[in-house]
Amino acid sequence: MTVTDPEQQAPSLSTGEKHHGKMLHLTLQVWRQDGPHSGGRFETYDAPGISEDMSFLEMLDVVNERLAEGDAEPITFDHDCREGICGTCSLMINGQAHGPQRGTATCQLHMRQFADGDTIVVEPWRATAFPVIRDLMVDRGAFDRIVEAGGYITVAAGSAPDANLIPIPRPVAEASMDAAACISCGACVAACPNSAAQLFTSAKIAHLNLLPQGQAERYQRTEAMVDTMEQYFGSCTNHGECELACPKEISIDFIATMNKDYLRAKLKNRRYLSRTT
Amino acid sequence: MPSVSLDAKIPDGSIEEKWDNHRFSVKLVNPNNKRRFEIIVIGTGLAGASAAATLGGLGYRVKAFTFHDSPRRAHSIAAQGGINAAKNYHGDGDSIYRLFYDTVKGGDYRSREANVYRLAQVSNDIIDQCTAQGVPFAREYGGLLDNRSFGGAQVSRTFYARGQTGQQLLLGAYQAMAEQIRLGSVTLHNRTELIDVVQVDGRAAGVVVRDLLTGEISSHSAHAVVLATGGYSNVFFLSTNAMACNVTAAWRAHRRGALFANPCFTQIHPTCIPSSDEFQSKLTLMSESLRNDGRIWVPGQADESRAPGEIPEQERDYFLERKYPSFGNLVPRDVASRNAKIMIDQGQGVGPLGNGVYLDFADAVGRIGEQTIRERYGNLFDIYERITGENPYAVPMRIYPAPHYTMGGLWVDYNLETTVPGLYAIGEANFSDHGANRLGASALMQGLADGYFVLPYTIGDSLAPQLGREPVEVSHPAFRAAEQEARDRFAGYLAIGGTRTVDWFHRELGKIMWDYCGMERNRTGLEKAISEIPALYTEFKADLKVLGTATSVNQSLERAARVDDFFQLGLLMCEDALEREESCGGHFRTEHQTPEGEALRDDDHFAYVAAWEHAGEMAAGVLHKEDLVFENVKLTQRSYK
Repeated sequence: MTVTDPEQQAPSLSTGEKHHGKMLHLTLQVWRQDGPHSGGRFETYDAPGISEDMSFLEMLDVVNERLAEGDAEPITFDHDCREGICGTCSLMINGQAHGPQRGTATCQLHMRQFADGDTIVVEPWRATAFPVIRDLMVDRGAFDRIVEAGGYITVAAGSAPDANLIPIPRPVAEASMDAAACISCGACVAACPNSAAQLFTSAKIAHLNLLPQGQAERYQRTEAMVDTMEQYFGSCTNHGECELACPKEISIDFIATMNKDYLRAKLKNRRYLSRTT
Repeated sequence: MPSVSLDAKIPDGSIEEKWDNHRFSVKLVNPNNKRRFEIIVIGTGLAGASAAATLGGLGYRVKAFTFHDSPRRAHSIAAQGGINAAKNYHGDGDSIYRLFYDTVKGGDYRSREANVYRLAQVSNDIIDQCTAQGVPFAREYGGLLDNRSFGGAQVSRTFYARGQTGQQLLLGAYQAMAEQIRLGSVTLHNRTELIDVVQVDGRAAGVVVRDLLTGEISSHSAHAVVLATGGYSNVFFLSTNAMACNVTAAWRAHRRGALFANPCFTQIHPTCIPSSDEFQSKLTLMSESLRNDGRIWVPGQADESRAPGEIPEQERDYFLERKYPSFGNLVPRDVASRNAKIMIDQGQGVGPLGNGVYLDFADAVGRIGEQTIRERYGNLFDIYERITGENPYAVPMRIYPAPHYTMGGLWVDYNLETTVPGLYAIGEANFSDHGANRLGASALMQGLADGYFVLPYTIGDSLAPQLGREPVEVSHPAFRAAEQEARDRFAGYLAIGGTRTVDWFHRELGKIMWDYCGMERNRTGLEKAISEIPALYTEFKADLKVLGTATSVNQSLERAARVDDFFQLGLLMCEDALEREESCGGHFRTEHQTPEGEALRDDDHFAYVAAWEHAGEMAAGVLHKEDLVFENVKLTQRSYK
């Protein structure tokens, strides 16, 4: 289906005078699916007049405006901050989670990464744990279930001691921050051949387990989060695709940390239990 | 319409004693009785998530709503720079009083002293709370917390987590709420948007919401309703806000009787990446911490065609350093923004569209080395390069101001309660703490202060007398009527069948707002906007085109409802800006400036909060005034020379 031919573009969409970047003529193959239980299909859209200065999502905005002008329903896709930090955007672009640029979320990917005449395949995250809601939008609620299982440090408002009471060596704080940088986008799961969520889960566990404040709940946290993860996601077989796809370049080393803590948790939690009962 | 009384309920006593006195005098709810109260929290950003977590932890039954798929997506997550607190960990002379003083002065004396002092008091508790939650704040080599000076402050009081402070604080609040969800005290409704606020017998009884996946409209009732729904910078279409940020919750509450305070007080942030074309969907902020090491300049003459590196030192105009020798590049946001606009209006702008000024790190690289710059700002430089395709280590950044934060919001008293009893507004959604201009690193502080340490105390005052009373049934006619109105409204957008998309109308509205109610305002422009907005709104109602249905995911339909409310708010902003015949903070009326071109306040006539009462769609609002009394801070002409 050809949506628009350049001559028919509405004046508001004319591209021209204000641009300083190169213009691209692209072909998009986009996954369209009406609802969670309907079958999906690829639709092909002709997309001329795309400035290389646009972000990928701005390119989709333009395609959507043209679709609407032609009385076709716009493509549904998740997005919000467009600064690469909220983790809402989630597209498989030419089979790669968040597209070709390393360490870059879809919203920060710019069209200068593509060449004139390219065909771009756009799909939603593909994982059983992330069912498609509509078109390119998926449900990532399973991530929230993992955090609810133990991804926190219990502290009632007002009960905290002075913040400088516990010095934390800078390398420890930095490592914790490296893990905490996760934006929960789900690219790790989408990129994994097993749809495993080890990178996401281990990043949260490492963020909290590395800190002195996180020690009291360390092993209960680890066991509860890992067990919840396994209810939804596949198993890790060390492909390493997750690290490559991660827009925050979170290291798979955290998975090793998590596995070590999980093993310990299996023993320690039994010991804690025997003490309290 | 009941007669409106603006009682700010400021407690007695000296400024230092007010909060203590108040906490002693507010009614308490017995711990065992807390579970008998239901509270609705709308919005789960910093303010909403911290409030929901704390209220749930206290034992209240909380229903939290977010239009996102997860609370962790809220736009608080995008705050980069940091969070202020009066810890004085660096012994450079900071104190609660100084933070209070700086905030009142920075707000150009249009905030309420008592609220601001309380904010400064609880600021230290926030840092303790967040550190205990595991927020990985930056540390020094000795393991203690690091601070930096930020946006116009002369002390180092800003705590930060790389360039992702908002993200880390939000994750702390989100995780605290996740624990309460697991414990069952908080029930979360995601992908659900507020459509209306319902009052029964003069009190907030609950809300009408729309499920964004199914389009189902439903009602929820409670003993109190808390709006933590953020700001309205997206009225300008292009802003640093996330795409979905909107004014709907605050506006619908306003239509139902809550007064809207100082709507024209909007903040234009000086350091954003200039737009590159008309399809630009949003503007990206670069943390103003960059101004600590970057020098802002433009070519000394108009229509310069040389590359920045080819312009010799003596032909550059470091205009902030020249005009404000004592603060230099660190002047407050409103001052930095307006001066950039002046330079660009004089034709000295840079970049392909001439719409930027340089932010140059060459001197800093020479002084402390590229490695140190990379450690401090590496992620920001990466963002810049991804967006512009230019390497900021080699060529200066280009920046331009963009709408960023809205100081105005729902009017609240000292308890954070709106003029509708039982309806609260916290965080950016209220108006109370930042006056006419917010200082850097103060938004995160205020959101968390309200959510963790203020609302959980003050809400008891309104709940305690209701003990034994159940929430109004959602079958009450008031809920049924509001639901029907909501269904009709959404069906209405689909039924128009016009020719223009929502984004087209939003962009046009944004242009009017930016041109006439943006960085500079004047009577002629505002009057023009006041005549153009209703005309465009009429066109919106007649020529809008929304495809699809109301019973499945329909992002255009969601936007249509939000833009509808932006139209109505935009008109009120212009009326407010027109009424305020003075310049203060982010509100700059060209008719009111000093000979040097600085904002000229008129304290004799405008030292008040303008609180507007809704008087019908596209009708002029009714103005109520809360006089601001300054007992501690002496009003002076702000000077950053």
